[in-house]
Amino acid sequence: MNRMSWFNAVSLTLGFAFLYIPMVILVIFSFNESKLVTVWAGFSTKWYGELLQNEAFLNAAWVTIKVAVFSSTMATVLGTIAAYVLVRGGRFMGRTLFSGMIYAPLVMPEVITGLSLLLLFIGIGLDRGVFTIVLAHTTFAMCYVSVVVSSRLVTFDRSLEEAALDLGCSPAEAFRLVTLPIIAPAVISGWLLAFTLSLDDLVIASFTSGPSATTLPIKIFSAVRLGVSPEINALSTIMISIVTVGVITASLVTKHQVARQKREEQAAERA
Amino acid sequence: MRRFVLIAIPYVWLLALFLVPFAIVLKISLSDAAIARPPYFPQFDWAEGIAAFIAELDFENFVWLTEDDLYWKAYLSSLKIAVISTFFTLLAGYPIAYGMARAPEEWRPTLMMLVILPFWTSFLIRVYAWMGILSNEGFLNQFLMWIGVISEPLIILNTNSAVYIGIVYTYLPFMILPVYSALERLDGSLIEAAEDLGCSRLTAFWLVTIPLSRTGIIAGSFLVFIPVLGEFVIPSLLGGSDTLMIGKVLWEEFFSNRDWPVASAVAVVLLLLLVIPIVLFQRNQQKQQEAEQ
Repeated sequence: MNRMSWFNAVSLTLGFAFLYIPMVILVIFSFNESKLVTVWAGFSTKWYGELLQNEAFLNAAWVTIKVAVFSSTMATVLGTIAAYVLVRGGRFMGRTLFSGMIYAPLVMPEVITGLSLLLLFIGIGLDRGVFTIVLAHTTFAMCYVSVVVSSRLVTFDRSLEEAALDLGCSPAEAFRLVTLPIIAPAVISGWLLAFTLSLDDLVIASFTSGPSATTLPIKIFSAVRLGVSPEINALSTIMISIVTVGVITASLVTKHQVARQKREEQAAERA
Repeated sequence: MRRFVLIAIPYVWLLALFLVPFAIVLKISLSDAAIARPPYFPQFDWAEGIAAFIAELDFENFVWLTEDDLYWKAYLSSLKIAVISTFFTLLAGYPIAYGMARAPEEWRPTLMMLVILPFWTSFLIRVYAWMGILSNEGFLNQFLMWIGVISEPLIILNTNSAVYIGIVYTYLPFMILPVYSALERLDGSLIEAAEDLGCSRLTAFWLVTIPLSRTGIIAGSFLVFIPVLGEFVIPSLLGGSDTLMIGKVLWEEFFSNRDWPVASAVAVVLLLLLVIPIVLFQRNQQKQQEAEQ
């Protein structure tokens, strides 16, 4: 079925136009001279200049990056352990509850997750700030990581681990030398997913942050509530470009790795 | 011993930061509001014992939810918005997924990437992009007046229509991906067989393609419906003052009215509403996994 009917061509064109035109408009108007965001008044990069002078935004960006790095790293470690335990752990007491707690946060409305964590932090008297946002983000992101990693663990050949154990590896060595290199692409994409989820999160961060820590989404949200502004367009353009470059690089790297792995597997089969 | 530690680390983390917070929400939803810090009563006190503490709890907040129009109207209106927008997302997403599955094979990874890319871009920014398009002097009105369809600007921003547009736009990838993966697996020869046996292309589509992509349609619909029900960002940026959604009510109850017990009760009821679609979704996923094996 390799022919493209006109219907398919039209629906693809319209579909992708719908997905991309809003963002293209946003990017174009970040270079607008005028403060009125809907009237074109000539090319200018002055909003980028003003953005770089705006200390509140820069501070918020720094807080956001700190939170994202810490929480995604912790989430990757915890999520990988959780995935390993779920797929390889066998039966243990409370396994159903455990897998329930892994999957539930994926479908939980953010307002509920945020509210419940806030009530916990207040209940135990923890001051809200960067630390509490990191705890909150780690918790929901580790579930995403563990889903990504366990889907890789399920598909890989278990006899490789068993061979390593037979040849005298300790379980820890087998994990480090055999399992980890094989699941590494899934662990990395889990980390990236956790990182972007944390960068993006408004609702949970609003509940769990205190006056001392404002993240970029919180800052953007309170600014756009007042209406559209060219500074926010400039900020959005920067964020869109970073994501685009990141996703394209990541996909090229994975493609390369998958191809290499395939070649190695084929070579191993021939040998 | 090592195995025990491995299991215990993520287990204890989730117990402490997922299950316990939940128990606290449930407990506060049964408490009374108080002018204090924290603003609810009773506080747990070991000295008085558990029995005395439980005796103070009651369902007053839930009774309050049924008595005040605002809440059940908000639940109903969230359900309505979620159902309608899921339907429109399916309507917009299915042809795109279908086109992708029928596209030449060497295009598919690129098309796939184009669907996933917006998903990695900030949700807030994607919603914000529509504020400039839908406002009275925005691009949509400028364009429609320029081609002469309308002479007066349409009021779209801050109405429910803007909320629908925003939801369809931001949740479209969640619909496209599962439908696409169902359609891609579909064996083209089945459709050819139906056409050979005298079906028109449309009948073949209706009788063969749609039923065989059912698991994808169901999965995509739940992936849109479930998060939309508790959505906060879209109604508060694109919706108007008459857009009632329960996520927004919960937010305002907590941050503006500072009524924690009522906010907690709202959360508990929202969760009960979500249990049914979540269970149905899980069963659909299990069926799909069994079908693949």
